Amino acid sequence: MNRTLPIGILMACSLLALTACGEREGDFGGSAERRPQPVQLVLTEEGRPAPSVLADEQVVFRGNGEEPETLDPHLAIGVPSSHILRDLFEGLTSESPEGDVIPGAALRWNISRDARTYTFYLRRDLTWSNGDPLTAEDFVFSLRRAANPATAANSARMLLPVLNAREVLAGELPVEELGISLLDEFTLQITLTGPTPYFLGLLTHPIAYPVNRKNLEQFGDQFSRPGNLVSNGAYVLTKWVPRVEIVLERNPAFREADDTLVERVHYLPIEDHSSEVQAFRSGEIDWTNQVPNNQFKWLQKNYPDELVVSPWMGSYFFGFNLTREPFVDNPSLRMALILAVDRQILAEKVAQFGEQPSYALVPPGIDGYVPFSPEYADWSQAERDHEAQRLYEQAGYSEERPLRVEIRYNTSENHKKMALAVASMWKQVLGVNTTLVNEEFRVFLQNRAQKVLTQVFRAGWISEYNDPYSFLELFRSGHGSNDYGYSNSTFDALLDQVGTERVRARRERLMFEAERVLMSDHAIIPLYTYVTKRLVSPQLRGWQNNVMDHHQTRHMFKLRWQSDAPAATENPGPEPQTGPDPAVSGDTEVETVTTEPAGQDA
Amino acid sequence: MNQEGILRHAATRFLGLIPTLLVLITIAFFLIRVAPGGPFDSEKVLPPEIRTNLDAKYHLDEPLLMQYFRYLGQIVSGDFGPSFQYKDWSVNELIRRGFPVSGTIGGLAMLLAFVIGTLTGIAAALRQNTMLDYGVMGVAMLGISIPTFVVAPLLILGVGVYAGWLPAGGWDWSWQRMVLPVVTLALPVIAYIARLTRGSMIEVLHSNYIRTARAKGLPEYLVIWRHAFKPAILPVISYMGPATAALITGSVVIERIYSIPGLGSYFVQGALNRDYTLVMGVVVFYGVVITVLNFIVDLLYAWLNPRIRYDELQ
Repeated sequence: MNRTLPIGILMACSLLALTACGEREGDFGGSAERRPQPVQLVLTEEGRPAPSVLADEQVVFRGNGEEPETLDPHLAIGVPSSHILRDLFEGLTSESPEGDVIPGAALRWNISRDARTYTFYLRRDLTWSNGDPLTAEDFVFSLRRAANPATAANSARMLLPVLNAREVLAGELPVEELGISLLDEFTLQITLTGPTPYFLGLLTHPIAYPVNRKNLEQFGDQFSRPGNLVSNGAYVLTKWVPRVEIVLERNPAFREADDTLVERVHYLPIEDHSSEVQAFRSGEIDWTNQVPNNQFKWLQKNYPDELVVSPWMGSYFFGFNLTREPFVDNPSLRMALILAVDRQILAEKVAQFGEQPSYALVPPGIDGYVPFSPEYADWSQAERDHEAQRLYEQAGYSEERPLRVEIRYNTSENHKKMALAVASMWKQVLGVNTTLVNEEFRVFLQNRAQKVLTQVFRAGWISEYNDPYSFLELFRSGHGSNDYGYSNSTFDALLDQVGTERVRARRERLMFEAERVLMSDHAIIPLYTYVTKRLVSPQLRGWQNNVMDHHQTRHMFKLRWQSDAPAATENPGPEPQTGPDPAVSGDTEVETVTTEPAGQDA
Repeated sequence: MNQEGILRHAATRFLGLIPTLLVLITIAFFLIRVAPGGPFDSEKVLPPEIRTNLDAKYHLDEPLLMQYFRYLGQIVSGDFGPSFQYKDWSVNELIRRGFPVSGTIGGLAMLLAFVIGTLTGIAAALRQNTMLDYGVMGVAMLGISIPTFVVAPLLILGVGVYAGWLPAGGWDWSWQRMVLPVVTLALPVIAYIARLTRGSMIEVLHSNYIRTARAKGLPEYLVIWRHAFKPAILPVISYMGPATAALITGSVVIERIYSIPGLGSYFVQGALNRDYTLVMGVVVFYGVVITVLNFIVDLLYAWLNPRIRYDELQ
């Protein structure tokens, strides 16, 4: 957790980066050639990796950030727990390595003409990890449990598109009234309040995973402990030592157990990013959750093959408090401040990891949606600065009467760097006097929500599902996360229409229009869009970059090291393995390894 | 030494523990509630329906005083309640798992610090104003002034990554994984103890009874061991009470950098996450540990220092 990282540790990290860069180059951490290389991937006719290229021990160690708060799928909130739960459980739908929705426990489904009723047909041979059959009734029970007020599931908000979910959560209707019904042993129907194109994606979220009723009734709140937990995914929980490790073993009862190559996966909760990199460098983990923000250059130089940077479903921006001076009813001033920021420099010099400069709210790459791009996106920075100065004067400010403003952020080295850079750009272009205010996270959240002290503040959003609506919704009048005080009836009306529109193209058009309205009101200062950044062992393959940053272990496998490889004789296309092969080590993209599920026919 | 006096003293001290802890619990309970924000606040604001359910589940919808008495009732029965953050574990379980780890590392570090610190301190005192003295005190100054968050990553890099002698972090109760954190934790304490010992040893060596001991022809090692050592380490002992408490209850920095599942992180994480039950549990636990250690130091003092007599205190 970045915000809890004492500055001292960050200093230590930079010091560490310095010493590391210093003299030992070419010795250990220096050149990639001296480190062992995996053999080249060879695929069988079915598109599976050939047994001859696989490492003998298929055990994966994944760095996983913080300790997961729970392994009860319905109570889980954070990213660390969701990584593990995706391995343990499977919802009605699942995800391919690319992040596309594919059939999971449900073999196929029908969507009614009004896009409000989904009928799911389950696979008939599904079992829990204890051998019990898994039927549609398990899903009905589980979704009802997730929405039950007594469960008090934090993530139950993901279920709000389901008919009556809000009323059930509020305790106004019994859970039986939730829009989910059992048609027969292997068929169930879910009714929604309105067309929700991302609903199939929502079903891959842990809140929609099935839990075993008998298991739950037997062990109560201890049911998610190793030995107790019964799951239906590719792996089962075998060990959990808090803040040490969580170990999962392959589930032989899983429907695709034969295609699951990794036998065991260890999730290690390593909170400190630098420590995680050290663990990776000393070979203790194959996959880091993060890398330290200030080590990009060094990592890029010394670990070019291992460093993987990929777009993520998140935007980083600054918000205005639109309910108070100086920004209320002052669009010229807001626009001036938006224009005077050089996003190219922010992305390249401050964020540094390949983050993309952003001119709107929704990040690119979300389910085919093309975000709105304002006019000034095509201008040069000189043109923007010029226009910014004009608007600044128009708003009544000048060199003699400069704007005094506060940028508020939660304590973190990254937010500070960003705020400092923006403040200096404003100073340079407009002569604005900016004060930086940092606050402890919860204090910051409270001040943001109260909209009294805030002027300009750090904001951002990382979506939990693959749809632009997740971002736009934040600006609806009265929305719980609308700390900007933004309110525009045209915008709200557009969002209402989005909620009922079932033609995909028209819905996208409406969302685009809503984003245009929002950006034309100059409600936020877009800065950049997020990336995921981690180190991955070149041995570990089968996964793909995706905007969700979801990576199930069952798609992965480990290649043999070249030094351990048996003499290549019976391979279909054996290559002499001398030196690093550019096809393997040259880029970080995995080429055409897909592990298509066997019985897919949706 | 008067046995009965010590017992009576011990009994009063233990009775004194109860009001101390009650005050501690009360202050901590209301202080953490005064802190802005709550355990369920996040950037993804919860819909009001869900927020209400959560508050009800954890009794946060009750008046604060009622929550306070509910909590007191729980503590009396030895139950710290469920953690808000780590939902699958009770606070009791987290402390039961965290303390042995912190206690082992902290205890070993204290032991190491005491042995090395006093030996080097005595050596420096006996060779006062020589190269040895300056060398030891110079290193000690370094040890005190270089913070652990610098030492730890450097040790990991040198010993763990480049040399590959020891693991870079993690925890499995093996000695290999204990070495680096114990050394890191002990370094500043060694330095401090060495300085303390040297100072008081020099003072003691100048006192009259040492001169008498030497004058009657006692061998130098006996003078040091039998007469000078005990009084010389008195300041070290009084320093060790709170220092041991600090070490065995876990250091956040060490735990974070070496990925160790000790108690220290629970305290800080608990406070940041407004995990009320976890913070309270750790605070109460700390309170007990510190009071008990201070009590032990008191007894040690009496044993080491002939000038303190319990029967006279009564």
